Amino acid sequence: MLEVRGLTKRFGALRASDGIDFDVAEGETHAVIGPNGAGKTTFISQLAGNLRPDSGSVRFAGADITALPAPRRARLGLARSFQITSVYPDFSALHNVALAIQAHSGHSFRFWRDARSDPSLLHRAKNVLHEVGLGGRSQVLAANLAHGEQRQLEVAMALATRPRLLLLDEPMAGMGAEESQRMIALLASLKRRHTIILVEHDMDAVFRLADRISVLVYGRVIATDTPEKIRRNEEVRQAYLGSEA
Amino acid sequence: MKPRLVLWGLAIALLVALPPLATALEQTYYIDLVRRMLILSIAAISLNLILGYGGLVSFGHAAYLGVGAYSVGIMAFYGVSSGWLQWPLAVGASALVALAIGAVSIRTSGIYFIMITLAFTQMLYYLGISLAEFGGDDGMRLKAKSQFSGLINLGDPVAFYYLALALMLFSVFLVYRIVNSRFGMVLRAAKSNDARTRAIGFSPYFYRLAAFVLAGAMCGLAGALYANHTNYITPGLMSWQQSGDLMFMVILGGMASTAGPVIGTFALLLIEEALKGWTEYWQVVLGPLLVLSVIFFKRGLAGMFYKPDA
Amino acid sequence: MTWGLVFEQLLNGLQYGVMLFLMAAGLTLVLGIMNMVNLAHGSLYMVGAYLAVALTGWTGNYFAGVALALLGTLLIGMAVEVVALRALYHRDHLDQVLATFGLILFFNELVSMIWGRGAQYASLPGWLQGHIDLFTGSRYPVYRVAILVVGLSTALILWYVVTRTRLGMLVRAGASNRTMVGALGVNIRLLYTVVFGVGAALAGLAGLMAGPIYAVQPGMGELILIQVFVVIVIGGIGSVRGALVGAIIVGVVDTLGRAFLKPLLASVISPPAAEAAGPALASMLIYLLMAVVLAVRPSGLFSSR
Repeated sequence: MLEVRGLTKRFGALRASDGIDFDVAEGETHAVIGPNGAGKTTFISQLAGNLRPDSGSVRFAGADITALPAPRRARLGLARSFQITSVYPDFSALHNVALAIQAHSGHSFRFWRDARSDPSLLHRAKNVLHEVGLGGRSQVLAANLAHGEQRQLEVAMALATRPRLLLLDEPMAGMGAEESQRMIALLASLKRRHTIILVEHDMDAVFRLADRISVLVYGRVIATDTPEKIRRNEEVRQAYLGSEA
Repeated sequence: MKPRLVLWGLAIALLVALPPLATALEQTYYIDLVRRMLILSIAAISLNLILGYGGLVSFGHAAYLGVGAYSVGIMAFYGVSSGWLQWPLAVGASALVALAIGAVSIRTSGIYFIMITLAFTQMLYYLGISLAEFGGDDGMRLKAKSQFSGLINLGDPVAFYYLALALMLFSVFLVYRIVNSRFGMVLRAAKSNDARTRAIGFSPYFYRLAAFVLAGAMCGLAGALYANHTNYITPGLMSWQQSGDLMFMVILGGMASTAGPVIGTFALLLIEEALKGWTEYWQVVLGPLLVLSVIFFKRGLAGMFYKPDA
Repeated sequence: MTWGLVFEQLLNGLQYGVMLFLMAAGLTLVLGIMNMVNLAHGSLYMVGAYLAVALTGWTGNYFAGVALALLGTLLIGMAVEVVALRALYHRDHLDQVLATFGLILFFNELVSMIWGRGAQYASLPGWLQGHIDLFTGSRYPVYRVAILVVGLSTALILWYVVTRTRLGMLVRAGASNRTMVGALGVNIRLLYTVVFGVGAALAGLAGLMAGPIYAVQPGMGELILIQVFVVIVIGGIGSVRGALVGAIIVGVVDTLGRAFLKPLLASVISPPAAEAAGPALASMLIYLLMAVVLAVRPSGLFSSR
């Protein structure tokens, strides 16, 4: 589904991405882990279309998307959630999701009909909110949601766009133990139906959810393998895991 | 019944009742005064669309007042005084200018956008000054008021007043529908969180440009009305001072609210009237007042009456 | 249209560009480091001009008048910063635009109250009044040469400070990453005040030099300010080098355009048409230039961001 070859991005003398090769098969949940500063965010930004690589290519469902801007990629079915919560604070949770749905249901150059009460948008929005566990909070302003709920909203908005590929950037960032478990359960339920790239620090989540794990260190992928093999990989342990796993 | 609608009803009733009241009290000056406020309200309403709802700090919106006014004035100059021809041209010309300016400006953001919109308006201002044939710096007299095949006589102050009122209310309604439509939601979303809007699949540029053109067109209509109101068209209509005034009308009233621009326009112009009566150097008072209002008065006057639209 | 005339207008363009630079340098640093739109920058220009006229008349001495005017502008600039602008640093650009717009109204009217709405006459001491002979054979005003010298010297001093001193390093760092500089323990408030003060002084210098050539009247600041914006857009926010390049380009293009576009056009199209179109196009020239630069480089030529 996603094929990355030789992705390179330099910031001055710093090689944030150094010739990355990366694959995701359809239906797979592929986690990306690595120490801070490894270049995970830079990598994700290049996949999502927020950053242009210096060289290399990104192919999505057979098409070369390397030069496409973020909105185009989103319309092709590549959805992302942000590491630092990025929702619409002054809209309700329901309208947040409705907007994501609106982006994928026909064009939006309609100037007259009231979109705030459009049943075709709101019905699906309610369903998506229910799916992520925010069913009872649809009328709450996003700014007034708890941090964990906002992270759930991030996932909801990504789901609402009927994505072919989900790019989840640290969905559990800043969450407490209980919230993390809920999020892991949610992501587990998504596993079967979606192709997912999961960037995470939470090793518990990574090892429970991932089909494969890629380890990113100093902009290079030092290993790509199943969770058990990664756990035992000597290089990975030295660079990142230590005695954690 | 919703309190907001009640307030609107009251306001409309008052505005409708003004001309007969003023005539009865022999204070017909107020018909002219309020008519000016109604016309400039239309300009403020149009600016609110892109500034209040769209987040585009356009410091050059007065340009379209000028384009609209000059369209009417120039056509009248050449003997075309039919409003049926003039006003659509005023709106169309404003839309075209907005398209040209917007296409370049909206590629930028932040401070650049503010400076660029200001610069382009200044360019039009200088263009207006250099057109010696149309009065240049001094401006020109409107040769004849716009004619509408006898349907309405703009020379009649009261009839003109009601036309302005009707058009103002129509503008309010139009913008209300637009900002709550699919288009409007995207525009507001892009203001609320640009990155998020791109991530779900919208390219904000086109929505902003469309809004910019719509706002320019609506302001062009205000310009056409204004030319008929003052009977005189000067480049000063396109000055940065006028643009700043328009922005204050939007801010004072409360951005991103339906009634805000109307309240703001009336408030600012009433304050100006009051100060003018008091001293010749009224701007020396208005200036600091505006500064203080920005520093202390975050949500505008409309925010005092009710929460702005979500 | 002789080469002598072209050279003379080129010098005029450089001289105007140098004045634009003095204004642009301060403003671009304030924009870049403090992320603040200050429309009242033009008012400081105006204050400089008026103070020079008043104080030269009062003291009877050109140098005293100029020095006091500079000092006065610096003090007024700092007063404005403390009283009004400090409250705006953390506000969004819209609020800054509106508040400084209010300041402009205030200053223009204040100046009108004190000196009236008409233009003031700014006199020059005898030794600055003459002409010198150019190699082209024509004569050029000494004063304009003086402006060029002062302006270019200031540019040189600024270049030295910005690229070779610690303060300059802080300024450049602050222009590209404000929070980082603060996190490094630098006294941000002091840095802001210094930057703003320097900007105010430069604006005042430009104003007092402009007095004898251009009209000293209320609103003079805004006329040049908008051109300064064009300079900054072309040069890029936060870059003093960009301000210099942009200012020279704008100054030269504008001056040459005003001088030669009409005759140039007249040789191509009919004279009456050129009569009408020439001045109109000339006044639009720098804005068209700005649009072209923006189309190619939306952040300006030398943006620090």
